[in-house]
Amino acid sequence: MLVPLLAVLTAVVVGGVVIVAVGGNPFFAYIGLIQGSFGSAKALSETAVWATPYIFAGLAVALAFKGGLFNIGAEGQLAFGAVTAALIGYALPDWLGTDLPAIIHIPLAVGLGALAGALWAAIPGALKAYTGGHEVINTIMMNYIALNLTSFLLNGPMRDPNPIDLSAQTPEIALSARIPPLFEGLRFHWGFILALVVAFLVYILIWKTTLGFEIRTVGSNPDAAQYAGINVKRTIVISMALSGLLAGMAGTIEVTALNYRHELGFSIGYGFDAIAIALLGKTHPLGVVLAAILFGAMRNGATRMQFLTQIPVDVISVIQALILLFVAADAIIRYIYRFKTRGERVVLTRGWGG
Amino acid sequence: MDWKRFSFITLVIVLLFTVVVLVGSAAQKPVVIIASMLATTLTVATPLTLGALSGIFCERSGVVNIGIEGMMLTAAFFGWLAAIYMNSIFGFSSMPSLIVGVLFAILSSVLMSLLHAVLSVTFKVDQIIGGTVINILAVGVTGFLNRQLFFEKGSVFGGNVPHAPGTLPIIHVPVQEGVEAICKLTGGTEGCQTLANAFGKVFDQQPITIAAILLVILSHFILFKTRWGLRTRAVGEHPRAADTLGINVQRMRYLNVLIGGVMAGLAGAYFTLESVPSFEPVMTNGRGFIALAAMIFGNWTPFGAWAASLVFGAAQALQINMQVFRDVIPAQWTILQNSYVVGLTPYILTMIILTGIIGKTIPPAADGQPYEK
Amino acid sequence: MTEQPIVLEAKGITKNFPGVLANDQVDFDLRKGEIHALLGENGAGKTTLMNILYGLYKPDSGEIKVNGQPVVIHSPKDSIEAGIGMVHQHFMLVPVFTVAENIMLGDETTRYGVLDQKAVVRRVKELSKQYSLEIDPNAIVGQLPVGVQQRVEIIKALYRNAQILILDEPTAVLTPQEADDLFVIMRELTRRGVSIIFITHKLKEVLAIADRITVMRAGRVVGTVDPKDTNEQKLAAMMVGREVILKVEKKPAQPGKQVLEVEGLSVHDWRGLETVRGVTFQVRAGEILGIAGVQGNGQTELVETLTGLRPSAGGKIRFSGQDMTGKSPRLLTETGMAHIPEDRQRHGLVLSYPVADNLVLNTYYKQPFGVRGIMQPAAIDANARKLIQDFDIRTPSPYVNVGKLSGGNQQKVIVARELSHEINLLIANQPTRGLDVGSIEYIHQEIVAMRDRGLGVLLVSAELDEIMALSDRIAVMYRGQIVVTVDANKVTREQLGLWMAGAHPEE
Repeated sequence: MLVPLLAVLTAVVVGGVVIVAVGGNPFFAYIGLIQGSFGSAKALSETAVWATPYIFAGLAVALAFKGGLFNIGAEGQLAFGAVTAALIGYALPDWLGTDLPAIIHIPLAVGLGALAGALWAAIPGALKAYTGGHEVINTIMMNYIALNLTSFLLNGPMRDPNPIDLSAQTPEIALSARIPPLFEGLRFHWGFILALVVAFLVYILIWKTTLGFEIRTVGSNPDAAQYAGINVKRTIVISMALSGLLAGMAGTIEVTALNYRHELGFSIGYGFDAIAIALLGKTHPLGVVLAAILFGAMRNGATRMQFLTQIPVDVISVIQALILLFVAADAIIRYIYRFKTRGERVVLTRGWGG
Repeated sequence: MDWKRFSFITLVIVLLFTVVVLVGSAAQKPVVIIASMLATTLTVATPLTLGALSGIFCERSGVVNIGIEGMMLTAAFFGWLAAIYMNSIFGFSSMPSLIVGVLFAILSSVLMSLLHAVLSVTFKVDQIIGGTVINILAVGVTGFLNRQLFFEKGSVFGGNVPHAPGTLPIIHVPVQEGVEAICKLTGGTEGCQTLANAFGKVFDQQPITIAAILLVILSHFILFKTRWGLRTRAVGEHPRAADTLGINVQRMRYLNVLIGGVMAGLAGAYFTLESVPSFEPVMTNGRGFIALAAMIFGNWTPFGAWAASLVFGAAQALQINMQVFRDVIPAQWTILQNSYVVGLTPYILTMIILTGIIGKTIPPAADGQPYEK
Repeated sequence: MTEQPIVLEAKGITKNFPGVLANDQVDFDLRKGEIHALLGENGAGKTTLMNILYGLYKPDSGEIKVNGQPVVIHSPKDSIEAGIGMVHQHFMLVPVFTVAENIMLGDETTRYGVLDQKAVVRRVKELSKQYSLEIDPNAIVGQLPVGVQQRVEIIKALYRNAQILILDEPTAVLTPQEADDLFVIMRELTRRGVSIIFITHKLKEVLAIADRITVMRAGRVVGTVDPKDTNEQKLAAMMVGREVILKVEKKPAQPGKQVLEVEGLSVHDWRGLETVRGVTFQVRAGEILGIAGVQGNGQTELVETLTGLRPSAGGKIRFSGQDMTGKSPRLLTETGMAHIPEDRQRHGLVLSYPVADNLVLNTYYKQPFGVRGIMQPAAIDANARKLIQDFDIRTPSPYVNVGKLSGGNQQKVIVARELSHEINLLIANQPTRGLDVGSIEYIHQEIVAMRDRGLGVLLVSAELDEIMALSDRIAVMYRGQIVVTVDANKVTREQLGLWMAGAHPEE
């Protein structure tokens, strides 16, 4: 618990130095950041809205880590899930020739979107399990493929026929596919609650079920897992698919509860932020939720910060990268703060070998 | 390189070239198209070749480097920034500005690689996570500075991007003259002259592209013929054995990661100082990762990686040439008009190669493992 | 015999590792041209001492003198300069390099910046002639037999003009005959003035070759003796600190019906080479079949295939009367096969898991540990407490990570888990490798007890003594084939050694 906190603190200090270096006042900047993220009911609501996809995507990366897999492809899985959810959201009533009740339409859009994400992740999972193709490069390749495909779809077959502006986007989804907000006048929506529930379910899955035991065993020592009679290849595919399912959820919730459509470029960076969130949360669901709220708060408060200090919101990316740096290299934090204890090294990934 | 991978490379390149020749034959002579494809392939393979060389030096010494993408992006930005400063602020002319730009590109990338070395060699951070940190940090820093310096109110350039000093000039390699001379000697036919005209320009490339080819040869020499190379490979295969013979494993790894930084820096310079005279956020577009695939497919050897880079180069050249021939593409092949679809080729090719169905390659035995005494 | 001068002297060497005092005020000296054996069981501190002499570890305190001069050894470089060479137990050779490249590494000859391979090859040929160590300088090391690789290591030291040679467990990977060849080489070296420190835990060998014997136990020197004044019993007692029963007590076997039948089994390794070639044998209930052989003759692949970890390339495996060729490890476990794997940390345990979880590693999904996909912590806890008691596993709690336990206790965790469910066959591969004498005795007793309860036991071991002490029948494996299967009472050590080296059994 101490190391992540110190990592955040150190990153904030170094980020302050960066702000000074570009001629800003870090105190005003950080005050703006906090005001913007926690200063009012609206600010809190927006922080939760930002945090929602972060929780899902962070859980996705964390779950894959538990299975010994590094899913850098949350970005692509998220996009593919979002496109699918949007398609189901706006096109399904047309295909069926009838309106759907929300109780059916919402779960269909969310569920199929999540499944699409699962499928997108299962491909590199299967390649890893059956050919040894490394998931790090393959998930990144799948990101670019997803980016190209969504560009193709949103500029072509799925493009809104009556666009408000020139941006490539899908039509709005039907009213029956929209997850409602929790309070009138705020964007805070049920998706956040769903994210918390899913985080709890992920906790149960990892620590209380035999499937979770299998995933963790394959992640910790695949040779021992094979020896113990676990089907290692199948478990790898399942881990990746579940990870993609969660990432897909991040995309579908954005479409069904917030934007009501999918547009190009809405998700740039979620996948990478999710890695930082998973590591900051020590790959534990509760940690991931807290880290996701922190990251959501930073993204949300950044607008206010920019308004107050003219520091571009992009500085948040720098601070988040620094957080990741210090969390990943906790040896540095131990070195700076002169920790006596040596942390146990947790093996998260393996080399190219297999 | 075994025959399987060699024939795969040949096959894919021939296939890609054939598609372009078939499509473009309505507008151009095949020989001209082939020459143009060759030239484009060599050009666009440059960042991949250099990126793969970067990976080879790191991984031959036992350090996995997936941060090449980030190093390239950093270099692209800072090289470009330095060139602009030299040109617009200090008033230097184009050429010295560009040269200083290249130097700063290399310097910034080396600093990033130093961070990678500190993380993975000294602090023994999981090397793939370390590389990811580099990638994310690069996106954050370049994105932030790009906005802060150029696009914000009150930024250094007041919201205007000043004119960049252009790109590095083409170096003329007298291939055409050479072929013509041979044509004369052999009582030159018209065909010979056409050939000379078409292929004469293939090697008229910009300096980084030419440097990349020379560096392939140099890297091969260093890795396999010199003391440095022997020790580098020993450290990547069996660090303890090297240690027992008095070789400083940590030092070898540090220096090789820094050499990798130089290569990645040059690759980054290609984007903003040689290819186009501008910077865009995340413009490296996954080239760093494709370079890693080229390195793996090339079995961690410079020539093998170069050959693999040429395949990816050809795939990208296909996309570029399809744009050239947009209007003459036959109706049944309209799918080839869509750059999003054609643009998938390098990525899918990468995934196919990584499956190992075209021959598995074996990484250095200690690749990715921190050395503990 | 005149007293030769002392070439190497270590005084008061102390080295602390977190939690372990590996060397405690150790004194040791070596005379010119002698073979001084350093004897002790696993973990006694022999290798630590040698790694200090070779500059791989820094001692906390103590002094080292070479030829009477105090030297400071901070790195292998310093010790090489002082004329010390070391042949490590796990060879320090780069498998993908040639012999010449391995030998020159770190001490390269170059011409205009280019490696001068020719000069090295010439020098290696000279050395191999001078010491009659036959070697091809251009061979790829990874493709050479282990005995030859050892020669490369020795030449590597001589290439650097080593006058003091440390051999760390050099016979562990050799057949008895290869070991004899090595002893001839060692004698030849000492005749030419090289002094040798010979590290081992094998009593017979020290008595055969050493000029002096120093025994270490628990980080301390117990004493130095002349081989003429001692015997195996006395040395064993010095090594372990108590009387040791060198023989395992067991009653005659009562073999029952066949539990495992292997017929014409072939297996490929990861490179696709056929490492097990048409192997046929049977294991009956109530007997121990020992598979003898030098490491790397296909035993690993054979066991992996029998236990379902590796596909077979031909042949049949019948277990408990059913065809089990190519069946999964899970099915085999459920049919009653127990497996003590060769590499316990790689296959047998998840080191980052608590002891309790490791004790259900292959039964977690079954009643009572897993019910409808949900883990049952109470049942897992009860199981752990019972097995920790029954098998005397020394752990502070069932929830300590198994990686924190000693090697002997880690092995006990595996044994406890494997023997705790209903089984009729035990496959034990190198079950005592790297363990202390106490743990070895315990495991041996367990294996014999299992046999006496009517289980079939397949024992694979590279330690000939272990095979001879436990087995009822012995099969010798050489280059992927079983060359002979004999009754354990009707064969000598020497005979087995010859077969292990590839001699054809002719009646």
